[in-house]
Amino acid sequence: MKPPPFTYHDPRSIDDAVALLAEKDNAKLLAGGQSLMPMLNMRFVLPDDVIDINRIDDLSYIRDEGDALVFGGMTRQRDIEFSDLVAQKIPLMKEAILNVGHRQTRNRGTYGGSLSHLDPSAELPTVSMAQDAVVSVRKKGGARDIAMADFPMGYMMPSFDLDEMVTDIRVPLWPEGHGYAFVEFARRHGDFAITSSAVLLDVADGGRIAKASVTVGGVGPAPLRVTAVEEGLAGETGSAELFTDVAEKCREIDAMEDVYAPAWYRQHLAAVLTRRALAKAFSRAANGTEMTLR
Amino acid sequence: MSDRRTISVTINGETFERNVETRLTLADFIRHECLLTGTHVGCEHGVCGACTILLNGQTARSCLMLAVQADGQEIKTVEGIAPNDQELHPLQQAFQDNHGLQCGFCTPGMLTTLLEFLENNPDPTEREVREAISGNLCRCTGYQGIVAAALDAAKRLQAGA
Repeated sequence: MKPPPFTYHDPRSIDDAVALLAEKDNAKLLAGGQSLMPMLNMRFVLPDDVIDINRIDDLSYIRDEGDALVFGGMTRQRDIEFSDLVAQKIPLMKEAILNVGHRQTRNRGTYGGSLSHLDPSAELPTVSMAQDAVVSVRKKGGARDIAMADFPMGYMMPSFDLDEMVTDIRVPLWPEGHGYAFVEFARRHGDFAITSSAVLLDVADGGRIAKASVTVGGVGPAPLRVTAVEEGLAGETGSAELFTDVAEKCREIDAMEDVYAPAWYRQHLAAVLTRRALAKAFSRAANGTEMTLR
Repeated sequence: MSDRRTISVTINGETFERNVETRLTLADFIRHECLLTGTHVGCEHGVCGACTILLNGQTARSCLMLAVQADGQEIKTVEGIAPNDQELHPLQQAFQDNHGLQCGFCTPGMLTTLLEFLENNPDPTEREVREAISGNLCRCTGYQGIVAAALDAAKRLQAGA
């Protein structure tokens, strides 16, 4: 038997789940299981208690609240992939989700699980960072909201406490006609990306960039907003020269180094992918113009 | 003292009731408790796709689920694909006719994955087929025969063969 011994719990309500979290010292929440189960099988984690939240009914939904879409923590990646609402209102997420693992894993994997696991190159945290999402967490006797900017505390370490669980994610919408692009480089389709870039552009008349959001995944210990690039874009008129020029600022990011790629390579990818993403996003914006950058 | 539960899982129309340790994976439950050894276990951490089953009609990696999570659910494994003992499903027949398998280790996962895929996408392109099976590793065929089989199966299923 691969997983280590533990006591299994399958609460039917959020209240019961957080009560268990408060009571157990060394517990793990089991959401979609696409990260925790491999970690259990390889015995990287040895929890005394596993709290399975798959049987809690009211944790999976996608709600339209006008200026935002609100996702239940247990919303499956599959539901995001096939949601017309997401395709229409958060096209960046739709584009990104197709890079998340494979159909077999998206059928089980969840939004809240991906955020809680917080792999530095995972797509959903990167998109959440780009869209300034707000994560709601709950514990016994309390709830609070955490802005995505404050959500990562370090490498694979979200800032919520061990007795807290993600209940929903509020993703603010960008104006209709905004430009978007999610571009990543992975060695094989479906693998975690070595580096990804997520771009949102609000383009005004004449191609002037009213607002820009630029996020890179897989470069730092968690998805990172590249404010230097965003500032270089604000108020400027979109052009191939501008995008090529500002994307170079990605080479100044303090990048991670591991067996897959040295820091300089991640910085290089960040610059190249951001350049491509900017061009793609600008082409897609209602007030943008068609362009391709290599 | 091990943590145990009695669960009831319907696999290919037959209900299996067993008392199992809660840490048992669904893949091991299917193979060791229900003795349905058609579902193969390769990497046991969600990379190879050999253990793919259909859970309530949707593919899932059975090594990444606990057996207790399948309590009360319906599962289809490779043994449940053919209509009867004499005939193969058109997808299986297409695998045989197009050299879609050699050693057969990845085949149960390939078949279950493609079964769901062809239901959602009955007239796929070659590229779409390759993407659909990108989560299933095959070390024999070079995938060429599998892709040909999937495209052939799509035609057969559309023709109602």
